[in-house]
Amino acid sequence: MTARTLYDKLWDDHLVQDTGDGNCLIYIDKHIIHEVTSPQAFEGLRLAGRQPWRLSANIAVPDHNVPTRDRAVIGDPVSKLQLQTLDKNVKHWRIPHIELHDERQGIVHVMGPEQGACLPGMTIVCGDSHTTTNGALGALAFGIGTSEVEHVLATQTLPLQKARNMLVKVNQRLAEHVSAKDLILHIIGKTGTAGGTGFVIEFAGDAITALSMEARMTLCNMAIEAGARSGMVAVDEKTIEYVKGRPFAPTGDLWEQAVACWRTLHSDPDARFDAVLEIDAADVAPAVTWGTSPEMVVPVTGVVPDPEKEADPVKREGMQQALAYMDLQPGTAITDIKVDKVFIGSCTNSRIEDLRAAAERVAGRKIAANITEALIVPGSGVVKKQAEQEGLDTLFLEAGFEWREPGCSMCLGMNEDRLNQGERCASTSNRNFEGRQGPGGRTHLVSPAMAAAAAVAGHFVDIREQG
Amino acid sequence: MQAFTTLVGLVAPIDRPNVDTDAIIPKQFLKSIHRRGFGQFLFDEWRYQDVGEPGQECAERPLVTDFVLNLPRYQSAEVLLARKNFGCGSSREHAVWALREYGFRCLIAPSFADIFFSNCGKNGVLAIQLPEETVDDLFARVFAHEGYQLSIDLAAQTLVQPDGEAMEFTIDPALKHRLLNGLDDIALTLQNSAAIKDYEAQRARQAPWLFS
Ligand code: SF4
Repeated sequence: MTARTLYDKLWDDHLVQDTGDGNCLIYIDKHIIHEVTSPQAFEGLRLAGRQPWRLSANIAVPDHNVPTRDRAVIGDPVSKLQLQTLDKNVKHWRIPHIELHDERQGIVHVMGPEQGACLPGMTIVCGDSHTTTNGALGALAFGIGTSEVEHVLATQTLPLQKARNMLVKVNQRLAEHVSAKDLILHIIGKTGTAGGTGFVIEFAGDAITALSMEARMTLCNMAIEAGARSGMVAVDEKTIEYVKGRPFAPTGDLWEQAVACWRTLHSDPDARFDAVLEIDAADVAPAVTWGTSPEMVVPVTGVVPDPEKEADPVKREGMQQALAYMDLQPGTAITDIKVDKVFIGSCTNSRIEDLRAAAERVAGRKIAANITEALIVPGSGVVKKQAEQEGLDTLFLEAGFEWREPGCSMCLGMNEDRLNQGERCASTSNRNFEGRQGPGGRTHLVSPAMAAAAAVAGHFVDIREQG
Repeated sequence: MQAFTTLVGLVAPIDRPNVDTDAIIPKQFLKSIHRRGFGQFLFDEWRYQDVGEPGQECAERPLVTDFVLNLPRYQSAEVLLARKNFGCGSSREHAVWALREYGFRCLIAPSFADIFFSNCGKNGVLAIQLPEETVDDLFARVFAHEGYQLSIDLAAQTLVQPDGEAMEFTIDPALKHRLLNGLDDIALTLQNSAAIKDYEAQRARQAPWLFS
């Protein structure tokens, strides 16, 4: 048999039909549902008189719209209707679900792996682009649109064309204080936000093997920001250790069988990739985005770049527009940029390790006087509880942060957590698009430790200098 | 789904790369539980001076007068000419619903983000990918000639310029077939129900933990 990549193996394992013209029917093992991209899909199902194909392959949880202050009060009637609609739909169809008041509730991509609902070797989809997060488990996971949500509900499959294979090989080890977030921003800075279009990325190399499972999730989470359909990491002992004992993970004989299968989930040594990008982990520094696209990123030691030095006219104009929106001058040192708000959360960086890294920066310190709001929004109720057991909430509260209920929150500001016109935010989320965190808001993407350090200093700092 | 066969449409240019779905339809509108009502909020932050809210009447809102879609010459455009990586970011299909409801039936760009591209195909919107130089050239022509129209023939896979010059474009044959006939994807897949059941039975033997 010819050597195959991890993606090839996952694809082959889920192939229901190959029409021969490049269009394939792929089986979906797990479908995760949230309130924003599902109502129209359920409506479509109802109008067509169709039934969900396989109820147990689905799991639903509310996250995008949920209030993070007081669960009992959903002030916005439109948000409330959307949350109620999800609740009504999943109950009507008897779809497995986690309710808002359940401790397991959280951001879809945090809840999935945490509950063991997402497992190695699965195909996993959700009507949300950051579904790629689950690729960290050695799964084929990707975001879909609402029509596809309906398609998966009705048929448990998707008509797809196979993407190409890209290998991002990260050699050496990341330096101290440099995180998976910095690495993925560094990679996107190299590939550009369209560099991965048409590809599935496998992250490999010594630096990746050395990462914890949660760090791998951060990495795969932002594969979509490189334009890739999906991102993934091969299964190793860390993967298996991580999955073991999770509520929905197999047990007993089934566990043994599953593990034997999962151990084969890696690219064969001589598998061929259509594109290869090699990165030296030693080149990666704490990263800060300066513009309105995740590819607009520099090391914290850098300066805001000068559009005049950009040869490509389309790019130059994009840079000028970004600088105008961000209200930044070329040549400004990143560490001279002051922020108004700090947001630590989102499916990229809201797991327990993220909160620990942030807590380490704030312990015994206070947030700076110019910070008007500093939010910590754990990714799930489980993360929140764990953090509270470790006393992290107290550290944050004493430093002046707010300690909130889990949800997407200020990552996209669909609930009341958002930036006001002109406000500047150090955010651990994944998108710095115009208006993403609130109309006119300005987002700088950073790691949790960098965000926490910015909250204390009032501006960006090179955390490596703080030790 | 509405079929796409031919279209003769006015072209409007959005001259910036990486236009993301947050820009196409900002998040506050995603709270809707319906498929309609998004057209008037298309490009909301670029199009209006104030911040739009779902369900709002837009007729009285102050416009950003120099935003391209507000210029008189591009009113009732049906073809959107864009730069690379159009539709990147969130998977929200609301972006395509908004474009479609506004009146765009065809999009042209050097590249589209994957999920966005697939969402177009499910909503009868033809997304045409052309080489970067060709797109550059089209931008120049659209800027130079007021009322610039393209006639698009999906069956023939051609774009014809006002001067009669024709260009070909490529498209996946299966997608072309579905668009031309306005076919429902789900109905097509369900014709293969037996194959899905066979797969499930075999998979349940090989990976029983997925079916327990
Ligand atoms: S945290 Fe942000 S990126 Fe992640 S699922 Fe929620 S809205 Fe999407």
